[in-house]
Amino acid sequence: MTHVVHRPHPHDSGPLHVTGTAPYVDDLPTPANALHACFGLAPVGHATIDTLDLSAVWAAPGVVDVVTAADIPGENNAGPVIHDEPLLADGTILFPGQALFCVFAETRLAARKAARLFTLESTELPALTTVDEAVEAHSFLHGPLVFERGDVSKAIEDADYSSSSRLYIGGQEHFYLEGQGSLALPSADGLHIISSTQHPSEIQDLVAEALNISAAEVTVEVRRMGGAFGGKETQAAPLSIIAALGANRTGRAVRFRLDRDDDFVLTGKRHDFRADIRVGFDASGLIKGVDGILASRCGYGHDLSRAINDRAMFHADNAYFYPALELTSLRAKTHTVSNTAFRGFGGPQGMMLAERLVDKVAAAVHRDPLDVRLANLYNETDRSVTPYGMTIEDNVLPQLMPQLAETSDYRARRAAIIDANASAGRSPVRRGIALTPVRFGISFTTSFLNQAGALINIYKDGSILLNHGGTEMGQGLFVKVAQVAAEVLGVGLDDVKISSTRTDKVPNTSATAASSGSDLNGWAAKLAALELRNRLTAFWCAEQGIDGGLTFAQGRVSTEDGQSWPFAEVVRAAYMGRVSLSATGYYRTPKIDWDAKTGQGRPFLYFAYGAAVSEVEIDTLTGANRVIRADILHDVGRSLNPDIDHGQIEGGFVQGMGWLTMEELVYSARGDVLTHAPSTYKIPCASDRPDVLNIDLFDNANAEDTIFKSKAVGEPPLMLAISVHSALAHAVSSFSPRGRWPDLDAPATAEEILRTIATERTQAL
Amino acid sequence: MTQISMTVNGKAVSADVEDRTLLVSFIREHLGLTGTHVGCETSQCGACTVHVDGQAMKSCSMLAVMAQGAEITTIEGLAPSADTLHPVQEAFREHHGLQCGFCTPGMIMSAADMIRRYEGKLDEKTIREQLEGNLCRCTGYHNIVKAIEAAAETMAQSGETQTASA
Repeated sequence: MTHVVHRPHPHDSGPLHVTGTAPYVDDLPTPANALHACFGLAPVGHATIDTLDLSAVWAAPGVVDVVTAADIPGENNAGPVIHDEPLLADGTILFPGQALFCVFAETRLAARKAARLFTLESTELPALTTVDEAVEAHSFLHGPLVFERGDVSKAIEDADYSSSSRLYIGGQEHFYLEGQGSLALPSADGLHIISSTQHPSEIQDLVAEALNISAAEVTVEVRRMGGAFGGKETQAAPLSIIAALGANRTGRAVRFRLDRDDDFVLTGKRHDFRADIRVGFDASGLIKGVDGILASRCGYGHDLSRAINDRAMFHADNAYFYPALELTSLRAKTHTVSNTAFRGFGGPQGMMLAERLVDKVAAAVHRDPLDVRLANLYNETDRSVTPYGMTIEDNVLPQLMPQLAETSDYRARRAAIIDANASAGRSPVRRGIALTPVRFGISFTTSFLNQAGALINIYKDGSILLNHGGTEMGQGLFVKVAQVAAEVLGVGLDDVKISSTRTDKVPNTSATAASSGSDLNGWAAKLAALELRNRLTAFWCAEQGIDGGLTFAQGRVSTEDGQSWPFAEVVRAAYMGRVSLSATGYYRTPKIDWDAKTGQGRPFLYFAYGAAVSEVEIDTLTGANRVIRADILHDVGRSLNPDIDHGQIEGGFVQGMGWLTMEELVYSARGDVLTHAPSTYKIPCASDRPDVLNIDLFDNANAEDTIFKSKAVGEPPLMLAISVHSALAHAVSSFSPRGRWPDLDAPATAEEILRTIATERTQAL
Repeated sequence: MTQISMTVNGKAVSADVEDRTLLVSFIREHLGLTGTHVGCETSQCGACTVHVDGQAMKSCSMLAVMAQGAEITTIEGLAPSADTLHPVQEAFREHHGLQCGFCTPGMIMSAADMIRRYEGKLDEKTIREQLEGNLCRCTGYHNIVKAIEAAAETMAQSGETQTASA
């Protein structure tokens, strides 16, 4: 029996959050002489820099220093994997809004005003901005990835039916409420950088490389972020590198908080995709072959685009077995901001392809899409091998989906909706409903990243300090890992003191990303706690002459025959007995083995599953739409903390809903992000949430040896919102001829819904 | 520069500020009250919401000089005492109405004002509509709405709905 894990505990920072006393980077007190940084942004798109005159910038009031690419002592780079993303433009402007230089001034306002005073002479170069343009021009970051099985052309030709379609899937701005921010503090011992980042170790490396100093001279710290969602995995780095450079040059602290509009322009977004789909199937809707092309806009540089597009491929089947297949991933290089990680990391876009093709098939064979979904699910016998050669061993969707259909009354509601739409007459209101599943692979697909460290110190009074490499962005990682440490050491959650993530405490960490935070850091903390418990056990048994083991629970250390001592008493005795009370834990994910060259292997330790039923309403005169009700059944294994997990599921669903319905990024022809503020880029607000939202956890211990049998929860719920998009298409399909499923693109904004209705009406004529 | 005086969280403050200084900058940078957050800088997100003479106001949408003589309450001054939370703060903590916490102070200040305006008589739909000016990117709003409902009920029962700020 557990005492601390598998129980609801509120967020550890809750009391601070509600009183405004939880400091974020920009809230920290800084030395009185701290400087403020601001980038000068390119006012043009793809172009060569002929001259850049910064004399007026230098002369502006309050300006202390100005740096360009030539002033960077080491590498001019902010790119995490491939070093193709200059920190400051050097000779060529690669996208509109690229940073040309950086100003350091006495106040934030002085820096921002000065940053506008440059004179640029440039020569415009041809710019590719969309996926269509880049694919047409064969502009790719690197070669395609292709998954193949069987003879797909033959399978589709031999099938009773086939369908071809194209789907555009929009990108997404993270809109973390706390914008990017960093603070660099110089000292005689090196640089101390406090950053709002998911990846302190990477910033440490990039700062060291840019400044030509060793990583040991750079400490990066993060206590909390005001949201991140993938947007602070790599995109936090430029601010920290430049702040470090300024601090190094001037010997003064440097604060850098991006203006929100600059944040929209400068930082990458979720990749937008174009999916080309050809599917062959029989009269029952059983899929025979799938030929799919997933092309994405990566922007000007690599960033994480390789892994993101790989993950889109890993999920282009979502939950379905494709007997024959050819899936191709094209990574378009464009002259736009370099796109980046965003909750789901390409997976959601891949799943959109799968769900669209199943809806197409179901419409063509006149069946309830749920039945076609169920018929095409992976099983554990002859239909269990993924396109990349991994055998699925933990599939719960054949149980989970019917259970949700039952509890949500899906069948009866769908019948009622179809009747109501058919008899709607002149009413402009149409409804739609859809049940879609999620099967999301858990592990970094870049295998070496699947490692983590933790450090636990027990002090003489019995108090416990916990540190690990994971970062807190609101997802509740810190409370979950603290629960693990408290459980193992048999103390209360309040007895474990949580501390900020620091590269000088736990080194060489991976980003808190890929939903892996609690899986990796939870295990690392467990191993550190077990090491300490074993030391205490060995010492105390010897000291007391105890045969057999000790149990650690509820603040006491006990023998099997009922003797018991306070934890703190045993700790103090152990210190007096010269037992080390500090331990590190190190974890690496077992079993994974993925070969990117062959496109085969086991990239994931396990899968997280879930499904959602969404019911929507559209106004066919205005295109306005809303989700009336959503029912979610989601698999988080044995939840470490059901309250935290509920919050992740709900928040992920609503964020996914925003991506697929209202969040529209608009670019100019030369690639400027035109929707660069919340005035033009709309994220869901309180009244956009479904009127009814029922969330249940699916009871299912993880089949793998994960931390207390839990499952990752960060990303998977976002993809539950695909049910909303499918339901909107269902509502629109009330105008379609029988057998046809509308080509509704994403986001399904009011305009997109009206456009699609118009198309379907034409088709019906 | 203009000299301004106002009461912030019950204390008289005065300072010389540039006329263009936003109230939020004055609160954060001059007074060091950093619980009031800057999210979007264009009065969309609501993270900077404070009370000006008892009414919720996005402090990035007014100048500090416009608050001359006003009574300002920020999140730091909402609680009646150092060891007692305001009912809305307590409800947000209790009902997990927060994740990253960045929007939380603004949410709480808006909620407290909303409860005052509606004298605690709030249903879910009204709360959701009234909260449209406060964006949250983490939670999906469910627990925020639940927290406000709970706080409204608590405050209506104890007759605390007359003033938003303690």
